[in-house]
Amino acid sequence: MALLEVSQLCVEFPTRRGTLRALDNISFGIEPGEILGVVGESGAGKSLTGSAIIGLLEPPGRVASGQIIFDGKRIDNLDQEAMRAIRGRHIGAIFQDPLTTLDPLMSVGKQLIETMQTHLKLSDRDAKARAIQWLEEVGIPAASERVFAYPHQFSGGMRQRVVIALALCAEPRLVIADEPTTALDVSIQAQIITLMRRLAADHGTSIMLVTHDMGVIAETCDRVAVMYAGRIVEIGPVENVVRSPQHPYTEGLMGSIPSLEARVARLRQIDGAMPRLNAIPQGCAFNPRCTKVMDRCREERPDLLPAGTTEAACFLVQGGAR
Amino acid sequence: MFAFILARLLQAIPVLLVVAFISFAMFQFVGDPLVALLGQNFTAEEADRMRHTLGLDQPFLVQYVHFLGRVLQGDFGISYRLARPVGELLAERLPATVELSLTAAVLALLVGVPLGVLTGIKRNAVISRAMMVFSLIGVSLPTFLIGILLILFFAVQLGVLPSYGRGDIVHFSHWTTGFLTSSGRQAVILPAITLGMFQMTLILRLVRSEMLEVMRSDFIKFARARGLTSRAINFNHALSNTLVPVFTIVGLQLGMLIAFSIVTETVFQWPGMGLLLVQSIGNADIPVMSAYLLLIAVVFVTINLVVDLLYFAVDPRLRGGGK
Repeated sequence: MALLEVSQLCVEFPTRRGTLRALDNISFGIEPGEILGVVGESGAGKSLTGSAIIGLLEPPGRVASGQIIFDGKRIDNLDQEAMRAIRGRHIGAIFQDPLTTLDPLMSVGKQLIETMQTHLKLSDRDAKARAIQWLEEVGIPAASERVFAYPHQFSGGMRQRVVIALALCAEPRLVIADEPTTALDVSIQAQIITLMRRLAADHGTSIMLVTHDMGVIAETCDRVAVMYAGRIVEIGPVENVVRSPQHPYTEGLMGSIPSLEARVARLRQIDGAMPRLNAIPQGCAFNPRCTKVMDRCREERPDLLPAGTTEAACFLVQGGAR
Repeated sequence: MFAFILARLLQAIPVLLVVAFISFAMFQFVGDPLVALLGQNFTAEEADRMRHTLGLDQPFLVQYVHFLGRVLQGDFGISYRLARPVGELLAERLPATVELSLTAAVLALLVGVPLGVLTGIKRNAVISRAMMVFSLIGVSLPTFLIGILLILFFAVQLGVLPSYGRGDIVHFSHWTTGFLTSSGRQAVILPAITLGMFQMTLILRLVRSEMLEVMRSDFIKFARARGLTSRAINFNHALSNTLVPVFTIVGLQLGMLIAFSIVTETVFQWPGMGLLLVQSIGNADIPVMSAYLLLIAVVFVTINLVVDLLYFAVDPRLRGGGK
């Protein structure tokens, strides 16, 4: 059974000029121990999906319909206190900028201890010992001396390690990592990704990795979901999606990644920009930018259709018409 | 740390010199003390003699240097009006003002900070909106009007609290306190509310806007994502991150409370330094006014030093310590 099962999730923002639908019928699952990548342009709804799952949508955003089932229990309709007890304990989160995600006035050890004691029954002494253990596990040198150091005394990469320790310290089964490497140097990015993969494997943690970096996805994930204008346009095993993308948008994304093996004179790019939420075209949201657009795409909206091992929301995959 | 304190104290010296100079210069223009000393009818000779005894016939700078020299020896001169040493007068009045100001400050903090946190967190709740309207009134109503309204209601109509004076006081060598008698405690309530009202609303609004700012920050979002209780988030993380600016303002305001309790002390006939100052201004009692301003400068310098030390206590980033 899937650890997380999101089905037909819609998130809406009521505004004065009508309701904006930011997530439209999102469905996907994450298996225990699996790493699911979520990729897409800025504003496609990647981060919003993460926020909806941990129940931290910024008002006035709200889950309008659909279900989120975690470990067999529905969690999208829980009250605040019940959801709070799940956050950190069962579903952890890692954010983008490690320079701003830690409380500058509290030592990292205290933040760890505070998180663990909120969720687990631990004496002060045990909590401190485990805080040091966690700092060691995420690769902070001289952890026992630095446990009560403050965030500003660590570098950016080290702070992201601390953030990872904080996200994992109550042993959640799922971690939502929202662009965890975007704000870091390239050399540090690889370290952080390696660390996350190792920890996920050691603790059997599932990860939902939100990023716009296809390279990170290809290296890290088991499966990948491609999002466009608040919808999932393609989802499947990472190799298949990268090697033989089914949806024209995914194809465009892959074509825009530079590669050493196949140097091309000019990288392919997708013309135009993603539509605003208040102007999503009828039919397939990608149709104005699509090179293979058909009349049908302008009227009817394609659902996710099976195409081999992946699923893609495109009429072209139907019956192997490609 | 010690070097820091020493440096700050050295910096204070020019500040105090300038304050002394300005206050002394200003008082050259507030009126002629001779009228107060000699009454309506006096001859030119009497006036000259008095001028000479008081040293007022000397050039301004000479008077200033003499004044400084005496101050350094702890001699603030003799009050023209009361014919008593100024140091003694101020020492007598100081406890009343300090007690009133501290009560007002504690009141302002105890009410202002929690209400600021509340209105910052539940900014759309009816009670928060009501608080903001109320705080606007507090900020904009003049102190004397608040004082008079309080007297009208609690002292005149209800008759439950005294409208003037300090009640019975208890002496401890150089200090007098009204906190130990019930009449003293009752007497301080209305003036403290009057004096603290503006500060309270100011603190409320300040804490609220700082809270709104901090609540939007990433580390609060991350604290939520860690599943911390809202209590821990609001107080351990959000409030502590608002403290540096709040300390700055509260420190300055405490100085203001001590320095400018004049209006409140006048309305309630509170026997503190403010009342003494008002009476001294009326009589062009220069030594009292100069000494008072100097004392206030010392109070501000001290408070600012304490606030700076509090920054160190609150914010680890200022304490140094390398990577």
